[in-house]
Formats: sequence, structure tokens, C-alpha cells
Amino acid sequence: MIPVAFDYEVAESVDHAIELLGQHGEDAKLIAGGHSLIPIMRLRLAAPSVLIDLDRLDDLNYVRDEGDHLAIGAMTRHRDVHYNELVREHCGILGYTAGLLGDPSVQHRGTLGGTLAHGDPAGDMPSVISALEGTIVVKGPDGERTVGASDFFKDYLFTDLDEQEVVTEVRVPKLSSDTGWSYKKFSRRSQDWAIVGVAAVVEKSNGNIDSARIGLTSMGSTPIRATATEQALSGASPDQVAEAANSADEGTSPGTDDAASAEFRRHLARVWTRRAIEEALNR
Amino acid sequence: MQVKVNGVTYEHEVEPRLLLVHYLREVLNLTGTMVGCNTSNCGACTVLLGEESVKSCTMFAVQADGREITTVQGIAENGDWHPMQTAFHENHALQCGYCTPGMIMASISMLKENPDPSEEEIREALEGNYCRCTGYENIVKAVQQAAGQSA
Ligand SMILES: Cc1cc2nc3c(=O)[nH]c(=O)nc-3n(C[C@H](O)[C@H](O)[C@H](O)COP(=O)(O)OP(=O)(O)OC[C@H]3O[C@@H](n4cnc5c(N)ncnc54)[C@H](O)[C@@H]3O)c2cc1C
Ligand code: FES
Ligand code: FES
Repeated sequence: MIPVAFDYEVAESVDHAIELLGQHGEDAKLIAGGHSLIPIMRLRLAAPSVLIDLDRLDDLNYVRDEGDHLAIGAMTRHRDVHYNELVREHCGILGYTAGLLGDPSVQHRGTLGGTLAHGDPAGDMPSVISALEGTIVVKGPDGERTVGASDFFKDYLFTDLDEQEVVTEVRVPKLSSDTGWSYKKFSRRSQDWAIVGVAAVVEKSNGNIDSARIGLTSMGSTPIRATATEQALSGASPDQVAEAANSADEGTSPGTDDAASAEFRRHLARVWTRRAIEEALNR
Repeated sequence: MQVKVNGVTYEHEVEPRLLLVHYLREVLNLTGTMVGCNTSNCGACTVLLGEESVKSCTMFAVQADGREITTVQGIAENGDWHPMQTAFHENHALQCGYCTPGMIMASISMLKENPDPSEEEIREALEGNYCRCTGYENIVKAVQQAAGQSA
């Protein structure tokens, strides 16, 4: 339960972190909240030779109102996202979900940037950010670029980030009063990871559905959009929801593990998509 | 690294891979903080970083450089128990006591964030702290008493 020895560097700024990544090459790793990385280092499933700590970058811990969207610094802790007033007012699904990631002690350390950069399809935030069609801001030696959620998650624990790039900010749209949302997490015990999760963001008009965006957790090697259900819901009335949800697992490729079989996951995705949309319609 | 633990400032040269919980127990001899699972689940190792609860098995000691840590051994003042300790004592909120240091630190942190929690909120905030013997009823009652609620 003791990690392999490594050298430790403290990043004083984002540019310093990028410089350190360049200096130490591919065996170096960034550490943010450490709540994905330290557990796998303890198991020696990861053994970076250098850790570059972003922990002191307090200027990356913020939530800003940018007009039509909120900008959230990569080092904002889950607990800060959960309690933030702007998030509660304009992007409820994000604050709600941040409060589901482990327990308060996990949330005091874990960061929004870290959970996205980790790229775990069992993570709750990647599918929520996908359903929100959020944007991830990354910085590297050649400057800054923005990546849409659909292009960011590439494969299991693999993202669009280059070796020398740092996630600096996450942008999510401000939801209007006609937008309903829900995140449904199915797990066996509280604090557990999702066996399946469903994030739904639904645009409503006059009691009907204008459009819906649905992100699925743990239904493949990345967070996945339930596109067939999204299409079926476009312009749909509430009594068409159940049928639309029946195609929620189309195009997914869930795995079988100790927690659930692929078939059971498909079943859960259909059931919880229906429940998520129903909840979103009432919120 | 330099760290203030329970009000005392320490300076040590440590290996980066040393976990905070091992630093507290093995270097500072503050064995009141327990190691349970070492997988970040049980909460036995909970301490305060500043005013916030963290799992000291999931942080490297070097990350505490320049910071303030409080363990269960640092909350009594002038020999008087912290109100949370008194509440645990009076409500029989412990049997073997293994989980207690973590429970108490997580509970103190919870009341800082939410001074008047509902029973539901107490249960949720303690979901990352496991107790194998007392059962959670009396622990929840203790936190309610410490929050000034008549349990
Ligand atoms: C007991 C426990 C329960 C948990 N339960 C859940 C849960 O239910 N759902 C859930 O989704 N998560 C859960 N988590 C994970 C938690 O949300 C982590 O905080 C999160 O996944 C990783 O964020 P971090 O800041 O801790 O990242 P770290 O562990 O520090 O880093 C993770 C990876 O991302 C990279 N990285 C970090 N920050 C950046 C950055 N700014 N730019 C580029 N790369 C970066 C690191 O190099 C590393 O590879 C749990 C964790 C624990 C310990
Ligand atoms: S020993 Fe740290 S959470 Fe169990
Ligand atoms: S009192 Fe024994 S584990 Fe809680």
C-alpha cells in the first residue's frame, strides 16, 4: 500500500506546470486532488517518476459568470462546486452531481479538472459535462485551446490532452428556467461508483420536449450520448418518453464486471433514462 | 517540509511518497489517527486540513507543507474535551473506538459547513466513515447533541 518512490515538484503557475512537464518528459504526471491518482499509485498500477503538484494553484479555483455560460477553474474542488451559488442558480445538475462524488472528505480534495482529465467512463462528471455540451479549456507549450466534451473523451482513461497540456477551465452553459435536468446514479451502496448513470438536460416548451441531451455513465469506454433517445425525444410529448427511453442503450458497448453484466447495464440504462427524463420534465 | 499539527510546528525531511497518515502516526507518533482500509473508503484516517476533513491516507505528507493539520489529539482545549468528544461519550457513540477519531473529525468538519444538519444530512455527510460495531444510531445522536439539538 506504499507507492513507488518518485520526485516531487510544486507547480507555481500553469506555465510552470507546463514547463515542468516538458522538462521531465513522459514519466511525469500532474496531481490535482489526488483522489484518483493516489489510490492507483498505492496499488502500484501507476508509478510516475515525477509528480507535479497543482495543489497550490488557488487561482484555478473559481466560478465565474461569463454571460451565457459559467467558467469554472480546473482546481475547483467538488465540494466548492457543490456549494457554489452561481452553480446552484444556473447549472443545478453540476452542483448536484459534485455532491455525489464520494463523501465530503473526497470532495474537499478532488477537483473538476482532475475528474475530467482522468477520463474514467465510470466517473459521474464526464457524462454530465457531455450532456451539458460543456467545453474544456487546456493550455500547453503552444498556448490555449478549447475542446468540446464530445471530442475530449477518447477512450478508457484516455483523453485528447497532449503530454504537456494542463486543463485550466471548464465551461458549462447557463440553463434557462425552461431547461430541466436530472442525474440518476445507480449504485449498490452509497459512496460507490455508478454501475450506470444517466445525465439528462431537457429543453421544455409548453409541457412538451423541445430537445434533450443525455449522457451515460459506465456504458462504454467513454461517456456516451444516448443519441437514438435524443432523436426520438425531439419535439416529443411527455407520454412518448417511455418509448424513446427504450433505445437509450443503442450504440453503447457496456462491459461486464463484478458489479453488473453488460445486459443488466443495458436494462438499467433504459430504465434510468426514462426516470431521468421524467424527473427533468418536473424540474 | 514544515507543517503545523495540533498547534505545534514541525520540520522534517520526508520521502515524497510518505502518506500523511504514516507521517502523523510514525514520524510524529500521533497514533490517535487510525489506518483502516488504506483504500480511501473507511474514513478512520480523517483529519482536518485547515478546517476541512480529508482522508490522510489519500494525501502525501509533502502536500501538507506550510499547512495546518488537526487530528483527534488536537481538539481538546486545556484538558477539556471538545464538545463533539463529550457528545460521543455521553451518547455511547463508540464501542471499540476504532472509527471514532475519524468520525469525530468528519463530524466537526460537517458542522462547520452546516451548523444545523437534519438527520438525513448527518447520515449523508458520514457516508465515508465506516463503523463496524456501534451502529450509526448513537453516532447520529451524538452529532445532533453537539449541534445543540435535543436528540
Ligand atoms: C473513496 C472515493 C470515492 C469516489 N467516488 C467517486 C464517484 O462516486 N464518482 C466519481 O466520479 N468519482 C469518484 N471518486 C473520484 C474523485 O471524484 C476524484 O477526485 C476525481 O476522479 C479525480 O480528481 P482529482 O482532482 O482527485 O485528480 P487526480 O487524482 O489528482 O488526477 C487524476 C488524473 O488526472 C490528471 N490531471 C489532474 N488534474 C489535471 C489537470 N488540471 N490537467 C491535466 N491533467 C490533470 C492527473 O495527471 C491524473 O492522471 C472517488 C474517489 C474516492 C477516493
Ligand atoms: S484508511 Fe484512509 S479512508 Fe480508510
Ligand atoms: S466503534 Fe468500533 S468501528 Fe466504530
